[in-house]
Amino acid sequence: MTLTDEPTTVTEPAKEVGSARLRKEDGRLITGKTNWTDNMVLPGMLHMAFLRSPVAHGTISNLDVSAAKDRPNVVAVFTGQDFKDEQGSIPCAWPVTPDMVNPGHPSIAVDTVNHVGEAVAIVVARTRTAAVDAVEAIDVDYTNIPVVLDMEEAVKDGADLVHASTSSNTSYHFVFDAGEAGTGTDTDAAFADAEVTVSRRFVQQRLIPAFMEPRSAVVGVSGDNYTLWSATQIPHILRVMGALTTGIPEHKLRVVAPDVGGGFGGKLQVCPEEILALLVARRLGKPVKWTETRSESLMTAHHGRDQVQFIDVAAKKDGTVTGLRVRLLADMGAYLRLITPGVPALGAFMFPGIYKFPAYRFECDGVFTNKVPTDAYRGAGRPEATFAIERIMDELAVELDMDPMELRRKNWINAEEFPFTSVAGLQYDSGDYEQATQAALELLGYDELRAEQKQRRESGDPVQLGIGISTFTEMCGLAPSRVLGSLAFGAGGWEQASIRMLPTGKVEVITGSTPHGQGHETAWSQIAADQLGVPFEDIEVLHGDTAVSARGLDTYGSRSLVVGGTAVVKAAEKVVAKARKIAAHLLEASEDDLEFSGGKFSVKGTPGAGLGIQEIALAIFAAHDYPEGIEPSIDAEAAFDPVNFSFPHGTHLCAMEVDTDTGFVKIRKYACVDDIGNIVNPIIVEGQMHGGLAQGISQALYEEAIYDADGNLTTGTFVDYLVPSAMDLPTFHTGNTTHAATSNPLGAKGVGEAGCIASTPAVVNAALDAVRHLGVKDILMPLTPERVWRAIHQGGDGGARAAEGSNAYGGARTTESGYEEAK
Amino acid sequence: MTQINVRVDGASYVDDVEPRTLLVHYLREQLGKVGTVVGCDTSNCGACTVHLDGESVKSCTVLAVQADGSEVTTIEGIADGATLHPMQKAFHEQHGLQCGYCTPGMIMASIDLLKNNPNPSEHEIREGIEGNLCRCTGYVNIVRAVQQAAGEMSSTTTGAQA
Amino acid sequence: MIPAAFAYARPTTVDEALSAIAAGGEDVKIMAGGQSLIPVMRLRLAAPETVVDLTKVTELRGVREDGDSLVIGSMTTHSDILRDPLIARYGKLIAEATETVADPAVRHRGTFGGALAHADPAGDLPAVALALDAEFVIAGPGGARRSVPAAAFFVDYLTTALEDGELLVEIRVPKLGEGWGVRYEKFNRVAQAWSIVAVAAAVRREGSTIAEARIGLTNMGSTPLRATAVEQALVGADVSLETVTAAAAQAAEGTEPSSDLNAQADYRQHLARVLTGRAVRAAAGL
Repeated sequence: MTLTDEPTTVTEPAKEVGSARLRKEDGRLITGKTNWTDNMVLPGMLHMAFLRSPVAHGTISNLDVSAAKDRPNVVAVFTGQDFKDEQGSIPCAWPVTPDMVNPGHPSIAVDTVNHVGEAVAIVVARTRTAAVDAVEAIDVDYTNIPVVLDMEEAVKDGADLVHASTSSNTSYHFVFDAGEAGTGTDTDAAFADAEVTVSRRFVQQRLIPAFMEPRSAVVGVSGDNYTLWSATQIPHILRVMGALTTGIPEHKLRVVAPDVGGGFGGKLQVCPEEILALLVARRLGKPVKWTETRSESLMTAHHGRDQVQFIDVAAKKDGTVTGLRVRLLADMGAYLRLITPGVPALGAFMFPGIYKFPAYRFECDGVFTNKVPTDAYRGAGRPEATFAIERIMDELAVELDMDPMELRRKNWINAEEFPFTSVAGLQYDSGDYEQATQAALELLGYDELRAEQKQRRESGDPVQLGIGISTFTEMCGLAPSRVLGSLAFGAGGWEQASIRMLPTGKVEVITGSTPHGQGHETAWSQIAADQLGVPFEDIEVLHGDTAVSARGLDTYGSRSLVVGGTAVVKAAEKVVAKARKIAAHLLEASEDDLEFSGGKFSVKGTPGAGLGIQEIALAIFAAHDYPEGIEPSIDAEAAFDPVNFSFPHGTHLCAMEVDTDTGFVKIRKYACVDDIGNIVNPIIVEGQMHGGLAQGISQALYEEAIYDADGNLTTGTFVDYLVPSAMDLPTFHTGNTTHAATSNPLGAKGVGEAGCIASTPAVVNAALDAVRHLGVKDILMPLTPERVWRAIHQGGDGGARAAEGSNAYGGARTTESGYEEAK
Repeated sequence: MTQINVRVDGASYVDDVEPRTLLVHYLREQLGKVGTVVGCDTSNCGACTVHLDGESVKSCTVLAVQADGSEVTTIEGIADGATLHPMQKAFHEQHGLQCGYCTPGMIMASIDLLKNNPNPSEHEIREGIEGNLCRCTGYVNIVRAVQQAAGEMSSTTTGAQA
Repeated sequence: MIPAAFAYARPTTVDEALSAIAAGGEDVKIMAGGQSLIPVMRLRLAAPETVVDLTKVTELRGVREDGDSLVIGSMTTHSDILRDPLIARYGKLIAEATETVADPAVRHRGTFGGALAHADPAGDLPAVALALDAEFVIAGPGGARRSVPAAAFFVDYLTTALEDGELLVEIRVPKLGEGWGVRYEKFNRVAQAWSIVAVAAAVRREGSTIAEARIGLTNMGSTPLRATAVEQALVGADVSLETVTAAAAQAAEGTEPSSDLNAQADYRQHLARVLTGRAVRAAAGL
């Protein structure tokens, strides 16, 4: 909105954008009046349960479901043979190279199983209990095939193969070379001329998104129309892909994501079980439900991260960085799911971080193993990149005997250099790394903690203190469609919004960005309230149902506000433009003489008189009196396609206590200052930061999906896959600097992933800073007490963990291991 | 099948259940009390926490038959008509939830915590909810919510609220 | 997950319980608080034919004193323990360990006797019972009672001296009153996880000398263990950092802990030494 010089009696209402509005969503969530998919009950609904493979690699040599079919209340039992001609392949939307090998991904195994947990048979019964019971009556035998688990072994010549149909375990070899792309100089030359080089091998352990709401799908059938309710992040993509995969015509398939209990990328998927629910419902002509158990979820929903990173940095003796070289092995798991191959490729562009590298080369091999596929997990490619660069900057500082912050400062992009085109070819929009750093140092109490660290070191205190730094940036607001096209991504990155102006003056905002805990209903209401000048309470935000929100590309990649929120702005601008014509007509004034403020059109210089946009909504509903030549509606829709990513940045500082006697690490204080552009709702922003920090810290300290030598997932329950509780995490001290994004009118950069991307290296750097004087150079994540203790007392990086599960619950694991087998 | 008599959120129910039916499944599937949810198999996550005869329990680790003759309170039974329980209000006002899946259990555990310790320290709050996992919030705002509720409950009542 | 079907008995007296167990067929499981059993049944790692639920056997619940002993009913919940005045006075080691068991909701259901009869070496209470030389009072078919000392009760991994048809009725532990200091030193990666290693220590001082020491180790083998060598080294020793540290260095003697993803055996042995030192120092008031 523009300011006018003329005095006006209408006082501008307080802006909604920027205010700490409490969330609209909370009312139902705090009272239990929720609408989770698993709550759904349809008349005649049947329940699905899966027999899942207990072997990681094998052929199905015998599969007899006859006894299961005879169990009480069982309606049908299906195997891969029943669906082999109609199940198609789980789609992979990101063929990162033209010659990428995709062996196809059946939703249910037909003759071969490639990871533990793969579906082998489906029981459909009147109750969930009957279905689960009957699964135990299925007789199945497997002939084992050698199991491929270790990527570094899998890429060797002559390695056992995951897929007999392929010539190697390498799915693709992706290269980005700044010299060849014209965005940088020759990397080999940079290393040849380097005064100093540092090389490291870092491991991004396999993680599990572990959203709190288990996945669930319900399919309703009405003639040849199907409705799929699913705990998904991506109802729109799921509709397109579900239709293409099953052959159900797209216009006959409606997808609804009701209340969705978290995702973190883990529900950014076209799940085999969703496809199978559609196939079973179609085959039986009956509604079906499937809800997973937690152990099923940990074992079969896609995992995240899992990379081996080889990173080399070249520098001058004064600390100026001159080159960066990255080689990755990225574990695809057994199959390629929706964006499995794209995650590491997306990360390719973020390894240079905030530093002015003149030369950069990135190579990545996507590698098949007999594990559940990897795919998006909060940050998706960017945490991996940020970890590697922020860890090796510390290593370079040690090599050069420089202060790690001074080394960063010497190399980072200065505030006056924005917009800045990175060596990876990205144009960073705005920011001030020094300002965020200064604020973070104050927030942490850096000087005092450094003094304490010195004192503890000198006194030989068994509890040592370290401070870790992560100065990061990330690319958010996925994404400019043309850029995605150039990266061979299978879809665009636009987002859609519609606004319906109801006769009573109430407003419906329909967004294509489907939330699962982020607070879209509140933030979008704030945006629309300001744009339209209507009360926050008069706005309802609709989402998640493809019959209501026809177009959309859903929620991931910190895109919702940046792209989807901007679409709301654009739609509102259209509403106001349409209303202006009607207002001019009704006020008998020229459009040019009207000004719009606080939801009201008034004639310039005639304060007081005017017409509210909510009144216009009623007038155009009646449509008794409106201009010739226009439609009787002020509703509007808009799609917004950003021209660039946005680039949040920040400085994260972690102070860590390390008990050198036991190896136990404890965060003493965590402080961070992030620049995420303009803030629509500071409460929601703070919450997103907290949650991201928790997950990033948890990667550093707690979480790891571990497979044993046979390919069984050892960490198959929350007993062994450690999600931290309130007792295990510190209070977070957060702050913001603000440099508006330049790629969208909101000036927002995105906040959903920032904490998760930035925090992991800060935590590991802190632990290493505490014990580096004891000779420790690296410790594998997660920093288990055992690993930290071994690194201190035995050297090395702490080493691999035993793959045997803890003995809790009799060594419960998700395969058929017996009760006594844990010892 | 075993017949049980149980009061849930103030209403009496008589039902036949299989002995193996978990209390949470009974609440959700037979009574339609879908506000209480299931998050894991191993009683780690606490999403299913309800009060059984006034004490917090994980309803996935109690058999429905064990609730025979008992009083169960769920997230759906703690508000006083349209007036939210102070803990519900505090979770809203402190942004102590995002996706909301852990929230019913987290609120029920937090109410139980204050019943036993009306003025907990931050550490005691964190300890009191250690059996409830949240993947969204990082717990900071949940701790603030419990602090707010503790303050309101101790200042506005003299024990009646608990 | 949903447990496999089972027959269910809910006795209200010990006699009824013994009858139900006797009538329950080959594969009877006695359920105390159910906080370990129900998850295992949900995962279908256990699928008993009959479950005998003791939660209504009120005579098994509660703490009383009998001379120099505390007598704890097997169905006394962890919450009961933490609220009990006799425990607060004479059973501080039990209270300290019980506070670390799982979380508040689980402690409302889980029981002292159930945790001991489950005999998970990673559980916190078996090592405490062993350190205290608890006596396990067991009722058998027909109501006959026998008493088994802790040293003989814990036989192997998840295995106790309880025979088929028997029921753990109560646990007798010596009162530790004036002069005793205690500490349960638990080490785990996250708060609600089971112990990687833990040490239960009770130390009685006479002036500047250690008169008695009782030390139990959690998760250092297939059963809870006594750190006998440490105890012997401590008794009669001066209360000093040096003597305690020297004694604690023997904590892992004779142990054969398991290796799992939380810790390998040598690290568990190291932890046993460190944690024993810490526990004894705290218990001795150092």
